[in-house]
Amino acid sequence: MDYAVVVALQIVSGVATLVIVSLGLAVVFGMMRVINLAHGEFLMLGGYTAILSYGHGINLWLSILLLPPIAVGLIGAVVERLLIRRLYGRMIDTMLATWGLSLAFIGGVTMLFGNSVTGISAPFGSFAVGRFHVAGYDLFLVAASVVMSLVIWVVLKFTPAGLIARGTMQNAEMAAALGVAPDRVYAMTFAAGAALSGLAGGLIAPVSGVLPTMGTAYIAKAFITVITGGAAMLTGTLVASGLLGTVSTVFTFLTTPVFGEVALLAVAILLLRLLPRGITGRFLRRAL
Amino acid sequence: MKTVIQIAVALAAALLGAWLLPRYLELFTLINATVFVSMGLLALSLGLIWGFGGILCFGQTAFFGIGGYTYAVAAINFGDTTLAVPLALLLSTAVAAALGYLMFFGRISDVYMGVITLTTTLILFKFANSTAGDEWNIGSAPLGGFNGIPGTPPLNFPFDPADQLAPDQVFVVAVICLGVCYALAKLILRTRFGRVAVAIKENELRAELLGYDVRLHKLGLFAFGGFLAGLAGVLFANCVFVSPTMFSLSYAGQVIIWVLVGGIGTLVGPVIGCMLIQALTTYAGTLSSIDPNLLLGVLFMLSVVAVPKGLLPTASNLLARLRGRGDA
Repeated sequence: MDYAVVVALQIVSGVATLVIVSLGLAVVFGMMRVINLAHGEFLMLGGYTAILSYGHGINLWLSILLLPPIAVGLIGAVVERLLIRRLYGRMIDTMLATWGLSLAFIGGVTMLFGNSVTGISAPFGSFAVGRFHVAGYDLFLVAASVVMSLVIWVVLKFTPAGLIARGTMQNAEMAAALGVAPDRVYAMTFAAGAALSGLAGGLIAPVSGVLPTMGTAYIAKAFITVITGGAAMLTGTLVASGLLGTVSTVFTFLTTPVFGEVALLAVAILLLRLLPRGITGRFLRRAL
Repeated sequence: MKTVIQIAVALAAALLGAWLLPRYLELFTLINATVFVSMGLLALSLGLIWGFGGILCFGQTAFFGIGGYTYAVAAINFGDTTLAVPLALLLSTAVAAALGYLMFFGRISDVYMGVITLTTTLILFKFANSTAGDEWNIGSAPLGGFNGIPGTPPLNFPFDPADQLAPDQVFVVAVICLGVCYALAKLILRTRFGRVAVAIKENELRAELLGYDVRLHKLGLFAFGGFLAGLAGVLFANCVFVSPTMFSLSYAGQVIIWVLVGGIGTLVGPVIGCMLIQALTTYAGTLSSIDPNLLLGVLFMLSVVAVPKGLLPTASNLLARLRGRGDA
């Protein structure tokens, strides 16, 4: 019984982690059709922001919840201005350029901080479930993933900014004719996506540790999740995270973490074979 | 006729290189040159499927690594490399065919294809990294996790395990392989199959409406790309040794950069781009102040933004324009 509870908790927190690391990518891809291969490095920069600010004596919660999204959001705005803006509509070129960006970030951070793992100890300690111990921070991540998804949903659905953003993504020319500057909307959307990735980096820093190449551990999972999700970015990401997170955690329990990831990939490839347009390409089409 | 001349020139260059260079280069430089040549073959494989098939594979290193690992494991187990080489080629081709089947027959768009192939090589990278320890022995070959298989045996003369090739002989084999593969790729593009593949790249819908099986042609070209990459892996295993790095993101990224810098839509361009950038990264590796990843990344971004067509096409355009001006 206790074991079942622990496994269930692990599955829920596995799904939550997948949601957290995928949301930033889902916003940028879902809204702008820009495939940002530097997404993993945005996570990494968020992680470094958290570590560095905590190391300089700033409050733990400020360092993981507030500063990473601000810092990475700003970086995202600069990247959009200098690189992404030149390549709108050229999907493959954008992928290649952001890949270059990702390599450059890895190289730059390695030069600045060295190629070693640093970490913050996770707050909340652990609590007992029968004979087992569960980390309290895992539950906090679950709560964080719910809050992040809710905020994105509310902003897109109920605020003027969300309406303008969605309208611009549907028909940029029409939006421009109505007095909206699409360039600025794109820039804001990209920066918002980067900020979400930064927040994700700050949130996972205490569990994963921070090193220059940490992004590569998450990029594959995040991509597969967003793509398996399909057109409806929020619903798709949540459904795909639920499915893939469960598969990967169950396989991790049965075998090893590596096979958990292999199972995730295999299921995703099979799913894309059956539903080439992603889960929401077939089901829940009208969802956000 | 043009193809025949190009093939003849390439083969002559390969033979000349194979005959000349071992006489003048030091052993260390020669081994490095062998690495460059095996990488050049990897670049050729991507240049073929991307430039002529329109298949954007971000994980060409998956087949490169599988070729290398299969060769190493088989060679250690058999004690003879005669059968290890065909086995490695067979497996890398088969994996490419299986992955290609899932992608092309699922009609996944090229962006998703890029992501899936990239994920494949990353998963293999993680898997290879986690294979340390005795439970990961295949026969008598330990997979060795992060360290790879340092004792990868070099090629030997067919059915004569005692007579191993010296590094300069491996170089000759590698250069000839590159020349022959180039010729093979050129010839394939001349066949009906190759022409249809190029037609599909130009306009997939039109080719399909004309009655060609798009999926099958893409699959065939992709599998051949896997074959070339597998051969590159075997050659690489011969001059360095196999390790998870063969699957790594930085290798996967570099292949794309080579092709991009050299020029998409040519076969020589990617090989030249590969040699140039290899030389540059080798040089950057000797600088302690700049991280090679940073240099590569900046180069990558610049080439996308500034020279989107690649060096070779840009250079030949420039040449044609200069010549045109000279005539007038």
